[in-house]
Amino acid sequence: MADLAVSLPAGTGSIGLEASGPRGPKPRHVFSRRNIFLYGTLIVVALYYLLPLYVMVVTSLKGMPEIRLGNIFSPPLEITFEPWVKAWSSACTGLNCDGLSRGFWNSVRITVPSVILSIAIASVNGYALANWRFKGADTFFVILIVGAFIPYQVMIYPIVIILREIGLYGSLSGLVIVHSIFGMPILTLLFRNYFTSMPEELFRAARVDGAGFWGIYFRIMLPMSLPIFVVAIILQVTGIWNDFLFGVVYTRPDTYPMTVQLNNIVNSVQGVKEYNVNMAATILTGLVPLVVYFVSGKLFVRGIAAGAVKG
Amino acid sequence: MTSLENPSVSIQDLSLNFGAISVLETLNIDVAEGEFIVLLGPSGCGKSTLLNCIAGLLDVSDGRIFIKGKNVTWEEPKDRGIGMVFQSYALYPQMTVEKNLSFGLRVAGIPRDEIAKRIARAAEILQIEPLLQRKPSALSGGQRQRVAIGRALVRDVDVFLFDEPLSNLDAKLRAELRVEIKLLHSKLQNTMIYVTHDQIEAMTLADRIAVMKGGVIQQLDAPQKIYNRPVNRFVAGFLGSPAMNFLDGRLEKNDGNWHFAVEDVRIPLATYAFEKEPVPGAAVFGIRPEHVAFNSGSGWPFTATANVVVVEPMGSDTLVWLKLGNQNFTVRVTSERTPNNADSVSIGFDPMRASLFDAATGNRL
Repeated sequence: MADLAVSLPAGTGSIGLEASGPRGPKPRHVFSRRNIFLYGTLIVVALYYLLPLYVMVVTSLKGMPEIRLGNIFSPPLEITFEPWVKAWSSACTGLNCDGLSRGFWNSVRITVPSVILSIAIASVNGYALANWRFKGADTFFVILIVGAFIPYQVMIYPIVIILREIGLYGSLSGLVIVHSIFGMPILTLLFRNYFTSMPEELFRAARVDGAGFWGIYFRIMLPMSLPIFVVAIILQVTGIWNDFLFGVVYTRPDTYPMTVQLNNIVNSVQGVKEYNVNMAATILTGLVPLVVYFVSGKLFVRGIAAGAVKG
Repeated sequence: MTSLENPSVSIQDLSLNFGAISVLETLNIDVAEGEFIVLLGPSGCGKSTLLNCIAGLLDVSDGRIFIKGKNVTWEEPKDRGIGMVFQSYALYPQMTVEKNLSFGLRVAGIPRDEIAKRIARAAEILQIEPLLQRKPSALSGGQRQRVAIGRALVRDVDVFLFDEPLSNLDAKLRAELRVEIKLLHSKLQNTMIYVTHDQIEAMTLADRIAVMKGGVIQQLDAPQKIYNRPVNRFVAGFLGSPAMNFLDGRLEKNDGNWHFAVEDVRIPLATYAFEKEPVPGAAVFGIRPEHVAFNSGSGWPFTATANVVVVEPMGSDTLVWLKLGNQNFTVRVTSERTPNNADSVSIGFDPMRASLFDAATGNRL
């Protein structure tokens, strides 16, 4: 082949023998049309979502006289944390004037037991549905799925009556039960799909090894399902923390969760509207879900993908 | 099926239905103490289902299962005295090898020093001592399968169940582990029931093979018997690679002698051992490629001339595809005697080694 190429006149050699052809990795251009379009879109969308947050943070750090100037985009001339302190400890919500702190602790007392209770029950539900094909399992599953599609508003009044009858209306534990029940359909679905995607032979091997229902759940399944538990925790923490409807319906002013208190601060019609305090209170309320997302974002995506593949 | 004196595992009239679909139909097998039984069949034949029934992982629709003389039909898997090895190994990923081995023992509440003793013994037999503190993800496929076997070993069970244990391994490892399983059996002398779709595994490992199709055991016999005297056309075609040659033709009686007539060729059947007195009619003549001699000249009860279509060299020997009349015919010859394409060659065989099947029922004649 080489002999042949040499005997040919210059410029007529075959392509494969050309000395200066492309070789190695293809060069990439930073300012290609594709990159400009891609990053341009990303930046615009990011700005669109971040701008309100920026306004909130900036406003919350201004004093009221500065806010009255009306330059909502300008950074604060004189930074003050007074609004944050007021929002947390002395803003008036209805009769109480001890700020959001009361609501924060109420929300913690609602969220923590609700999350634990709902996930504990739903994970066992999902495990039983996926691995122990009991009689009527399919019917049970269909009922649960239907439950996920019924609008909450339909059930508010019946639940009020039920809670009243069992003496839990207005208490935190009543709200915890409500949250646990309403989290059940979607969480059970999530756990069932995750456990279904695990190899069935593992479950069989554990049965041959003599482990029972709880033995397999605690010693085999639980240690393997951290991602889906993280997903469930994130879903439940953010969902329950952000809930307003159940909180306002099923609790009393003493036991209002943070979201209801926030509403009462922001929507109060008496006196001057303290925009800086309102902004600070809103950011404070949203802080918990935000922190949860930032801390566990990667695990969240992985777990969602793992739970969503098999139906 | 023959029934044994003291079977280790006895399955009586076992049936399993999923709704209207019948997976196993009134199945009977007796497995002798220390016997190695292979359940062989194509996928979907119910062999794994049968194994799961024996293990107690599936509830049966009808029939009874005895292990060591005890009726275990309603027992939990752990109470049956069985250990099971799965195709996907099914090792617990979050536990070390040692914890994997000891899991069943810990669940059963066996004292710690006894657990340690049993693990040491199993690890020695399977040569996995250096791996005990590793996680399954840090093991190769062959090592994982060894650990899976060890998990059955430590439980000190009467019966080992293998569910296609070698199917996930590459060909070389499969051959190695096959030998190891055979050695393990001769060392332990446990009863073993082994499910596979690989006929080489079945032939090499089994004391007896049960060939299954459609939830029914077609033939239960020693490997050589199944290979040489298959009871029906399915068994004949399923075992053997390359597959047995089948010629469609007619069974005829001329001048008091039986012949098999395919097109204008007549194969004399004087040496063939009929199962029962035959009747003339449509039949299938089967002969294995290695039972046909090549360029043989005379001295065979039957000789013919055929045209070579394709030659497939396989290293140790060569497969020659022929046309005998209008029917395809394969012959296995040693590599030195390889013919060329389109040659005309003479072949010869002894009908004694052949199998005749009824064309309609497929049963052996």
